[in-house]
Amino acid sequence: MLKVIKGGFYTSVQDFGRFGCQEFGVPNSGVMDRLSAAFANSILGNDKASGVLEITMAGPTLEFTKRTLICISGANLNPKINDHPVKLNKALHIEAGDVLSFSTLQEGFRCYLAVLGGFNAEIVMNSQSMYSNITSRVILSKNDTLDYTEVLTDKIHSHASIKFPKNHFNSKYIEVFKGPEFDLLSDDQKKIISSFEFSISKNNNRMAYQLEEPIKNNLKPIITSLVLPGTVQLTPAGNLIILMRDCQTTGGYPRVLQLTEHAINILSQKYVGKKVQFKLI
Amino acid sequence: MTFKLTYKPFGECSILIEWPHEINENILEDVLNFKEKLQAVLIEQVIEVKHAYNSILVTYNNYIFNFNEYISELKNIYNSSVANQKLERFLWTIPVCYDAVFGLDLESLSQEKNIPTADVIKLHTEAIYTVYFIGFLPGFLYLGGLNEILNTPRKASPRLKIEQGAVAIGGNQTGVYPTESPGGWNIIGNTPISFFNPNLEKPCFAKAGDKIKFKSVSIDNYNDIKLLVEADVYQIESEVIDA
Repeated sequence: MLKVIKGGFYTSVQDFGRFGCQEFGVPNSGVMDRLSAAFANSILGNDKASGVLEITMAGPTLEFTKRTLICISGANLNPKINDHPVKLNKALHIEAGDVLSFSTLQEGFRCYLAVLGGFNAEIVMNSQSMYSNITSRVILSKNDTLDYTEVLTDKIHSHASIKFPKNHFNSKYIEVFKGPEFDLLSDDQKKIISSFEFSISKNNNRMAYQLEEPIKNNLKPIITSLVLPGTVQLTPAGNLIILMRDCQTTGGYPRVLQLTEHAINILSQKYVGKKVQFKLI
Repeated sequence: MTFKLTYKPFGECSILIEWPHEINENILEDVLNFKEKLQAVLIEQVIEVKHAYNSILVTYNNYIFNFNEYISELKNIYNSSVANQKLERFLWTIPVCYDAVFGLDLESLSQEKNIPTADVIKLHTEAIYTVYFIGFLPGFLYLGGLNEILNTPRKASPRLKIEQGAVAIGGNQTGVYPTESPGGWNIIGNTPISFFNPNLEKPCFAKAGDKIKFKSVSIDNYNDIKLLVEADVYQIESEVIDA
């Protein structure tokens, strides 16, 4: 069992998301940064899409009651086991009674904790990803528990040779395709969108990241149509909103750009005030 | 009827198919027909095929390197006569209590329209609404068919909390909030019916192409139905309709 002593800022169980139920209006959800989550899972030899804990900005304090191996990847929140600093991207031995905690955020925004064999978390509509009104819990809070299978062996099928990519946290470039309504933009708007350095506003969460600087806009809303994680919408007020993993399934604002899968990962590790620049591919 | 469709790449794995930019039932029928064909033919290659008023989004389970090839396959499927089993369509009758306890904006809406609240209720309950698709929130039905007289702009500032089951009007649309959420629509009543339950095999009772009718019930009746719904024994009134 994993016992939550302190919940942290926003800690939830996420796998690669919920698919095939968007016809009921259910969002995909899933880990914001697939690259980091897959990395933690791969180090342990788990399926890359196994459920992990997504830990945001300020980490939780967690007590393990059973022996296992864990791996922490993604943002560096200076993790410690029993108050001793431990490394990211490495399989770490856990004994019953060990306490995992985190301190200051050093790099990135979201960190991922995988356990060997994955968590035995509630599965709703084929996914462990927590989402309001779907799963019984939305985030992990104090006194919550999460089960995992005890591991007695020390042997893992690890991929010792893989390296976490440098620059995952530092690049400001967000690669994008043209969105369905890109061609409705004026030449001026296209120029601004592809050359301006935007900053991330305080309105950023698992649903969407709004950019701070508005651009001149007279595009009208469209007939409500389909959107995806990574869709960039332009509101009548000229705000750019980048939809993320928990986004609604449909929307009525022009969809001017579409982030690449990798760009969603990159953006997930950024927070308020950080700069981004779109790179059209 | 066939339409001139456009096909656009949307990200690495998806293709967006669009119909003329209007909302009508001929387009809905064509969208649903094409969607059923796509689901039958592409079952192995796609993660999801979903639709809205005048669009379908096909999401494949792999990156697409040659969009033109995929688009010509989609065009062939559109023009083919794949034998697809038409799903049975239903007309669902949804009990709604329009009492002032629930209908927070009913009075102001009736004043603004200069018609008695009883007439607002009559106009709202006599229409038969078409389910176009489910979006916005899990279990939120996009309905067409609101009487033009009831067309009311969204509120200038949205409410932070709208109760589950709230029946509301926003612009030329009406709908039911399936779960508690913020929202800017004008609330005229509440239904005890559950529009979304993730633990059921069919999380939503209604699907695109079905019809919805609202029926006014007293607050006592509302409370009785609510108890039955909570005990999972309420059967929503429904009849099979011809598509």
